[in-house]
Amino acid sequence: MIPVAFDYKKASSVEDALAALAEGGEDAKLMGGGQSLVPVLRLRLNAPSVVVDCSSIPELKGIKDEGGKILIGAGTTHHAVMNDPAVKSSLKVLADATASVADPQIRHRGTLGGALAHSDPRADQPPVALALDAEFTIAGTTGQRTVAAADFFQGPFETAVGPDEILVSIAFPKLDGWGGHYEKFNRAAQAWSIIGVAAAVRMEGGKIAEARIGLTNVGGTPHRASAVEQALVGASSIAEVEAASMHASDNLSPFADEDADVDYRLHLARVLTARSVARAAGIS
Amino acid sequence: MEHLKVTVDGTTYQKEVEPRTLLVHFLREDLGRVGTVVGCDTSNCGTCTVLVDGVSVKSCSMLAVQADGSEITTIQGVSDGNDWHPVQSAFKECHGLQCGYCTPGMVISSIDLLNENPNPTEAEIREGLEGNLCRCTGYHNIVKSVQRAAELMEGTKS
Repeated sequence: MIPVAFDYKKASSVEDALAALAEGGEDAKLMGGGQSLVPVLRLRLNAPSVVVDCSSIPELKGIKDEGGKILIGAGTTHHAVMNDPAVKSSLKVLADATASVADPQIRHRGTLGGALAHSDPRADQPPVALALDAEFTIAGTTGQRTVAAADFFQGPFETAVGPDEILVSIAFPKLDGWGGHYEKFNRAAQAWSIIGVAAAVRMEGGKIAEARIGLTNVGGTPHRASAVEQALVGASSIAEVEAASMHASDNLSPFADEDADVDYRLHLARVLTARSVARAAGIS
Repeated sequence: MEHLKVTVDGTTYQKEVEPRTLLVHFLREDLGRVGTVVGCDTSNCGTCTVLVDGVSVKSCSMLAVQADGSEITTIQGVSDGNDWHPVQSAFKECHGLQCGYCTPGMVISSIDLLNENPNPTEAEIREGLEGNLCRCTGYHNIVKSVQRAAELMEGTKS
């Protein structure tokens, strides 16, 4: 379908975009790469008064190695994130999850910040941000503030970014020397995850010393599998990884949909967590 | 209306467009470049794929106004005068099409794939064409076509 008519504003800076948002009022809509918004407009699921295009704001783009962390501009494309040498070496799980997003064409336009701020419950990068304790920098008219990943994802398509604010960047603590893997379970090419599991693991003397686990599409927001993380410490065999991963369904109350009923989702959470951790840890 | 300046297949155009105009509709209806087709209109099939500043994009998933200042290559701009692009030649040679509807997007995505990875494995070709669907399910010969195109392009380089 052809979208409902709207006004268009190409923002040249964050201040410019914030001013356009304020002027546009509650029906103004921010656009990053537009790979979620344009399909929504095309289905006429949303009829914004004005679309504020952030894809040409230089300060939102780029990846900086800041010593202990990697700072990624919200407007950096998936393609740039997954191919960045620092991301590949220090944040392998993020590179993996990003490479699994949609398809090459969409990864050329879609942005990390756009995907995180859109906060689709099925998305692949939110569980990575949650598991890795990423920090989100959000700009508003009164200045910038920082929000921890644990507080960022508030519900399906709902985040800490207010209607008059913009996500500027995401900082990921570097995990040098850690293994990482993103295990995505879906029906076909391009399909959303039925469940996805992000795992980062630090090994010491052949045993798991530390683990970070995040799951997607098991609820309205990504889920941190803290019980699995604790149970994995000391594991060195596949049997021990599988035993610890049984906790992946602790405190989960997933929904049923056309892809999976509740019991099957709980089963997948356990099985895919074990697979993801085993790959990240190099345990087979 | 928004003013738009864009170069498509080597020709620069200046047009007034409604912000809601999708790039694919702009190409077909405003410029008459109907080689790029609309398949699914849901961002899935990839037959509307074009190169925007050298990288593949689904033109149904981009607003025309977002292309302001860009250089776009459609299926109508990939050949060099009378000489086909090696990817086009390979698709003909290996019969990489049946009904032909997916072909404009398949060729553009294959060009993008080979630009980034000149010697892809079969698995990399299948992954790289993930964003393009063939409703005839003729993937086997499409993969062979990309392998052949890789050989041809290697040949043109040496």
